[in-house]
Amino acid sequence: MTVDPADLIACPQCDALYRATHLPDGKRATCVRCGTVLISPRERSFLHVIAFSFTGMILMIGAIFFPFLEISTRGLSHESSIFGVAMAFSDGWIAPLAFFVLSMIVALPIFRFAALIYTLWPLANGKPAWKHAATMFRLAEESQPWAMAEIFIIGTAVALVKLGGLAKVSLGPAFWAFCVLIIVIALKNSFVSKWTIWDAIERK
Amino acid sequence: MNVLTATDAGLIGCTRCGRVWTPDHAHCERCGATLHKVDKSGLQRVWAWWIAGLIFYIPANLYPMLVTATLGHEQKNTIVGGAMELWRHHNYGVALIIFGASVMIPIGKFIAIAYLALAVGNERRKGGPPHLHLYEVVEFIGRWSMIDVFVVAILSALVQLGFVASIHPGPAAASFALSVAFTMLSAQSFDPRLIWRGPDRVSS
Repeated sequence: MTVDPADLIACPQCDALYRATHLPDGKRATCVRCGTVLISPRERSFLHVIAFSFTGMILMIGAIFFPFLEISTRGLSHESSIFGVAMAFSDGWIAPLAFFVLSMIVALPIFRFAALIYTLWPLANGKPAWKHAATMFRLAEESQPWAMAEIFIIGTAVALVKLGGLAKVSLGPAFWAFCVLIIVIALKNSFVSKWTIWDAIERK
Repeated sequence: MNVLTATDAGLIGCTRCGRVWTPDHAHCERCGATLHKVDKSGLQRVWAWWIAGLIFYIPANLYPMLVTATLGHEQKNTIVGGAMELWRHHNYGVALIIFGASVMIPIGKFIAIAYLALAVGNERRKGGPPHLHLYEVVEFIGRWSMIDVFVVAILSALVQLGFVASIHPGPAAASFALSVAFTMLSAQSFDPRLIWRGPDRVSS
């Protein structure tokens, strides 16, 4: 019996081989050996991911330009934006760290939103995938561990506690935008079925 | 449990998108990722990043993370010192978050990755769910160590009140960020498919 490798799926975590099939929406296929979710389509998932990505992008752009936090004590006050937070490391030899922090909290999340929109926009409209869609989606997947918006917001909470007794801190619009952003990212991720997207890209 | 793997079938599975290819392919033609056979050659990269991470973890603990100047008085805090400071001010929860994210998680990660890499091909085990579970925990939780770097960035950006109080990042912030990044790369270099290859089936 010969099988076309294109009809198969190998579990990325344990290498178990399966015949890939299109599932009805809401059903999920998991690896029998290690339990990794392989295929998990959801109804109109492409549209949902595009909508959440646009929402996330708008929130992120707002978060960059609005004030993030303001501190005041003894008649003195100082305000910082998200950009200012990354620039805290811009002095001296640790300057490259400013670049990494800016990438992790702003640039990579924005890139991932843009890459998902680029990949899914034509697919959601029933058109063949755009050029380089595979590369864009792969880069979006690979950069996922490095996009740390949710870790940043927990870091903010810790910083607020540290400042607690010392000064009055007021939360700016960018702080709230970031909080909503975390929820939007989580919702967006729940609609992404990697195999379904790869399959749609391939069948262009 | 006996499961047919892509390797057993004489095929290579793409770890990025799950597509299966005949062994004459070097790259996945669907997503563009490099195809890897399931063998121990990738462990070299795991160990290289692991050692780099460990080297940078040492200065991260010896040098100050935060330099606080209040009314002409300068105070330097290391990672552990910062957590102890919070504990003394009765912020037990936050002290535990910082201690967990900056001390327990990194050290636990070094041990877990070393254990997983050493256990590959070990006669006494046949791989299995507990090892994959450990790997998934390491991959998931590793990024959260970045919290302390973000806390330092936020405090340094915000607390700039001239003579009254100002906070600057110390050299440990950079080496700690590098240490976390290197251990993340170490974990990503580990091929979880190795966990499932029994003792006799792992080729070097």
